[in-house]
Amino acid sequence: MLEFPTWRKAFLWGIAVVGMLLSLPSIFSLANLDWPEQLPEPTINLGLDLAGGSHILLEADRADVAATRLEDLEESVRNAMRRAEPRIRIGDVSTADGQLSFLLDDVTEVDRARAELEAIMNGTGPVREWDLQVVDGQRFVLTPTQAGLDNAVDAAMEGALRTVGIRIDGLGTREPTILRQGDTRIVVQVPGLQDPEQLKELLGKTAKLEFKLVERQASAEEVQRGFVAGGEVVPYAEGEGFPNGVVVQRIGGIDGETLTSAQQSFDPRTNEPVVSITFNPDGGRRFARMTTQYTGRQFAIILDGEVISAPRMQEPIQNGQSQISGSFTVESANNLAIQLRSGALPVDLSVVEERTVGPDLGADSIKQGMIAILLGTLLVMGLMIVTYGRFGIYATVALVINVFMLLGIMAALNMTLTLPGLAGFVLTIGAAVDANVLINERIREERKRGRRVVAAVENGYKEASRAIYDANVTNFIAGVLLFNFGSGPIKGFAVVLVVGLFTSVFTAVPLTRMWVAGWLRKTRPTDINL
Amino acid sequence: MKLLKLVPDDTNIKFLKWRFPFFVVSILLIAGSWAMVFTKGLNYGVDFAGGLEVRATFTERAEAPVAELREDVENLGYQSPVVQRFGEDNQVSIRVRLPDEVAADNDAAQAAANEVVAELQGNYPDFRLDGNDNVSGKVSGEFREDAIFALVAAMLAVALYIWIRFEWQFGVGALFALFHDVSLALGMFALFQMEFSLQIIAAILAIIGYSLNDTIVVYDRIRENLKKYRKMPLPELLDLSVNETLARTVMTSLTLLLALLPLLFVGPASLFGLTAAITLGLFVGTYSSVYMAAPLLVWMGVTSDSFVPEETVADRQEKVARGEV
Repeated sequence: MLEFPTWRKAFLWGIAVVGMLLSLPSIFSLANLDWPEQLPEPTINLGLDLAGGSHILLEADRADVAATRLEDLEESVRNAMRRAEPRIRIGDVSTADGQLSFLLDDVTEVDRARAELEAIMNGTGPVREWDLQVVDGQRFVLTPTQAGLDNAVDAAMEGALRTVGIRIDGLGTREPTILRQGDTRIVVQVPGLQDPEQLKELLGKTAKLEFKLVERQASAEEVQRGFVAGGEVVPYAEGEGFPNGVVVQRIGGIDGETLTSAQQSFDPRTNEPVVSITFNPDGGRRFARMTTQYTGRQFAIILDGEVISAPRMQEPIQNGQSQISGSFTVESANNLAIQLRSGALPVDLSVVEERTVGPDLGADSIKQGMIAILLGTLLVMGLMIVTYGRFGIYATVALVINVFMLLGIMAALNMTLTLPGLAGFVLTIGAAVDANVLINERIREERKRGRRVVAAVENGYKEASRAIYDANVTNFIAGVLLFNFGSGPIKGFAVVLVVGLFTSVFTAVPLTRMWVAGWLRKTRPTDINL
Repeated sequence: MKLLKLVPDDTNIKFLKWRFPFFVVSILLIAGSWAMVFTKGLNYGVDFAGGLEVRATFTERAEAPVAELREDVENLGYQSPVVQRFGEDNQVSIRVRLPDEVAADNDAAQAAANEVVAELQGNYPDFRLDGNDNVSGKVSGEFREDAIFALVAAMLAVALYIWIRFEWQFGVGALFALFHDVSLALGMFALFQMEFSLQIIAAILAIIGYSLNDTIVVYDRIRENLKKYRKMPLPELLDLSVNETLARTVMTSLTLLLALLPLLFVGPASLFGLTAAITLGLFVGTYSSVYMAAPLLVWMGVTSDSFVPEETVADRQEKVARGEV
C-alpha cells in the first residue's frame, strides 16, 4: 500500500494534469475570455439549447421518390418507342399502383420492344432496377424492384444533402451541421437564432424551375380539372391571377438546371425586388431561340408546378440573361435566388421536427447551470470534509480534478455540452464521491475491527473496489443505452454521464490512494481521525 | 476536529422484520402507480404527443398574461392549449396539440406552428420568442417507441449483468427493485400530471443507474457475508449487511441530494423536470435497495452455498492463514 513507485506517481499525475490542461480553452471561452492564439484550442461545443439556434429534421417521402422515378420512366419509355427504327406503336401508358404498363399495338414486335426496354430500364449498375413482365403476349408491366427503389432513394438523399448544404451556405450562417440520419432523413443544425422561418422556407421548397410557352389563359375550372387536350394546365401561385392558371406547351421548355447563377436584384424600372438569372451556353441558346421565335407571346416561369409570372416576350434575348419578377419581397427573392443556385431538390423534403432556442435563453441557462454546479460542488465538498476530515479533503481535491478532467476530455474529443448535459455534470459531481464514501466507510469499519492503520486503509481500498467496479459498469450500460436511443440533447446527458464515470473512478480511486499512501509513509500515524 | 457521523456505529436496525408490511406497501404502490398511468395517463409533452411548444418572455411586464394567451390560441381554433409559467413570472410555455388531421400532414403542422407564433408576436409588442419545439406526429411516435425500448432494454441489460456477476436470485431482485423505481416514477408523473418528455426518460435511465448503485453495494456486502458467516440465518445476515452499508448509503444519497438541490432551485427552468425526477428517484431508489432488493433474496432462497464454487479450498486456507476467517 505504501509503496508507490515514482513512475506510477508520474503517470497518474501526468494523466490528471493533461486532462485538466485540456479544459483550459473551454473555461476561457465559457467565461468569454481571450485564449492566446498561439496555443492549440480544443474546446467543448455548446449544444443549440445553450448556444441558441435551430435544429430541423427534414424527411423525404419514399413514395414521392417512387412516383418521380415512375414519371421519368414513362417519359423514357415513350421516347424509346418513338425513336426505335421503325417506330414501335404502343397504346396509353398507365402508371397506376406504382407500376408502369402499356399495350403493344403489334403483337409481333414483342421482342424488339423488350430489347428497347431492357436498354433503358436497368442502367449499367449491378442492381436490377425494374422487373419486366409480358402478360398475354402484348401487355408490358414494369414493376420497381425493392433494391432499385432503395438505390433511387439513397441517390436522391445524397443529392438532397448536397443541395441543402449549398442552400444553407447561401444564407451565410456559421458552422451549420448537416447530417444524413437513417434512410430518409436529414438533420440540419444552425447555431445562433437566424430566422428559423427563413431556414424552413428555404429547405421546404423543391425549387424546380421551368420556362414554358403559354398557349392561353386557363379557366378556374380547367385548373381544377388539371388537364386539357394537347397542353398542360399550370395554376398561378397564390396571389397574382389566383385561382386561374395558364395552359402551356407540354414539351420544349427550358428548365432550371441550365442556370449558372441567380442573384437577388431590383428591377430598374419598377424598383421591385427580382431575381436575375444567367443561363449556361446551352440554356442561353435555347432561351434566345424561344424569345426570337415567339416574340410577342407569353412565357410562363413555373416554380414547383406553379406559375410565378408569365411575362410577354418583348424582344429576342441573346445574352443568356433574364430576370424573374413576381410579387417578391427582398427576402423571398433572395431565398429564390439561393434555391435556384443550389438546383432543385431531387426529392421533396418536409420538416418533421423543429427546435429553436433563442440566444438570450441559452446564455441564461449556462449562467444558472454554472452557479448550480458551483454550489453543488461546494456543498458536496463541505459534507465530505466534515464527515471524513483529511480523507474528505483528498476526496474533494479529487472531485475538483474530476470536474476539470471531465471538461478537458469532452473538449479533446470535441463533444457537445447541452442543457441536459449540465444536469449530467451535477449528477456526476454528486456520484463521483461515492467511491470515496465506499472506501472511507470501509476503512472506518476495518479500524473498528481493530486493524492497524495501514492494513485498514489497504483493506478499505481493496474491498471497496469490487462494489465500485460493479456499480460503474452497470451505470455504463445504462449510459450507453441512453446514448444510443437518445436524440440530440439527451445524447449530451449520456455523454457527460459516461465520460464522468471514467474520470470519477480515476480521480476517486488511484489518485486519492496515491495521496493517502504518501501521507501515511511520511507521518506513520498510529491512529487516524476517520 | 470531531468528524460528523451521520449513522452511528454499530447500527442494528431490524429491516427484515418489516419485510412483509413493506413488501405489501410496495406492491400496492406499484399497482397504484400503474393504475394512475392507465387511468389518468401521462401528460405527454410535445416530444411524445407531437404538436408545438412555444416559450416566450414578456420583456415589459412583470407577469405573463396567461389567460389572454390561452384565449388567443383558442381563437385560432386550437382547443385547450396548455399555458404555464416557466421560470420567471414573465416567462411562459405554451403547448398546443394539433388536431389529428393537421398533425398527420407535415406541411400543415408547420403552417399551424408559424400561425401561432405570428399571432402571438402580433398581439404583444413585448413578446420575445425564446424558442419553440415543433414535433410531427410521426417523429413523436418514434420517440415513444424508442423510449419504451430504452427503458426495458436498460432494465434487462443491467439485471443480466448482475446475474452474471452474482447469482440469478440477485438479478431477479435487482430487476424487481428497478421495476419498482420506474413504476413509482411513472406513477408520480401521472398523479401530478407533470410534463413527461424525452428529458424525463433520461432522468429515469439515470435513476436506473443510481438505484442500482445502492443495490449493488448492498449485494456485494451480502455476498461477502454469505461467505464469511456460513451458519448465520439469512434474514439476520441480510440485516447485518444492510446495517453495515447503511452509513455509505445515507452518505451517498446525501451528497447526490446536495448536488441536485442547487440545480433544482437556481438551475435553468428547463431542467426542473429532469432534476425533480432524479431527486424523486434518489429516494425511491434508496428505499428499494434496502426494502425490496435485499428482502427478496430471502424468498428466493439464497443460501451461503450459492457462492461456494467461487471460493476454492486454497483460497480458504490462504484466508485462514491471513487470519481473516
